[in-house]
Amino acid sequence: MATIRIAAPDTASAGDVIELKALIQHPMETGYRSGPDGKRIERDIIERFEVTYDSETVFEADLHPGIAANPIFTFYTRATTSGPIEFKWTDQNGQSWSETHELMVE
Amino acid sequence: MTDMPDRPSAIARRTFLLTGAAAGLSTALPLGAMADAADADAAIREIFGDKPINDGRVSVKLPPIAENGNSVAITVSAESPMSFDDHVTRMAIVSPRNPIADIALFKLGPRAGKAEISTRIRMAGTQRIRCVAEMSDGSLWQGSASTVVTLAACLIG
Repeated sequence: MATIRIAAPDTASAGDVIELKALIQHPMETGYRSGPDGKRIERDIIERFEVTYDSETVFEADLHPGIAANPIFTFYTRATTSGPIEFKWTDQNGQSWSETHELMVE
Repeated sequence: MTDMPDRPSAIARRTFLLTGAAAGLSTALPLGAMADAADADAAIREIFGDKPINDGRVSVKLPPIAENGNSVAITVSAESPMSFDDHVTRMAIVSPRNPIADIALFKLGPRAGKAEISTRIRMAGTQRIRCVAEMSDGSLWQGSASTVVTLAACLIG
């Protein structure tokens, strides 16, 4: 199970631009490295990161092996209405992890 | 390979890279297996099409020197009011020297409020990282920044 860390405000005023920070523990194995036995380590990449809030995708990222291990993203969204912000990561095999953060908008 | 005759060298290099990796030869990747400036241009064309790219409005923040290319903090931002009528739709980070030119492609919208993204990237050597932003009117803008990398990612790390 991948460890996920989200940093986001719990409350905001409507219209505020809020900072969201999301990290997931993942090797982002490039497929170019060799292990101690000299064998190539298989590529293992999270290829997609999506953030949904107030019934819309507000941030999407297509990722390649050039993203460092344990990918972290800091980005912004405008607070609109109270509700969950859903963060979802999907790897090359279709496996996905998600986490939600409840935002209260006054 | 034949469907993209305008950039045979880039494609040949990619194909070679994939072949090498598949054969388990990645430890002995020659320097020629790295992307170059032409690959970066090709990656940008593949994402945004053949439109002209203007310089400006996009800034890339990188440290001047990175001791370890496995994880380099980067912030890309674009000047935009981020309104419904005028906002950034996509931003791409592209490398002219990593094994794969594409690093990340971000999709934003007016609800982002601010076109600024920070992450950490791998850098396989000293290079100038480029960021291209596409605005809602279809125009493309770019910025870049370079970092001196003392320990390259990918082959060692």
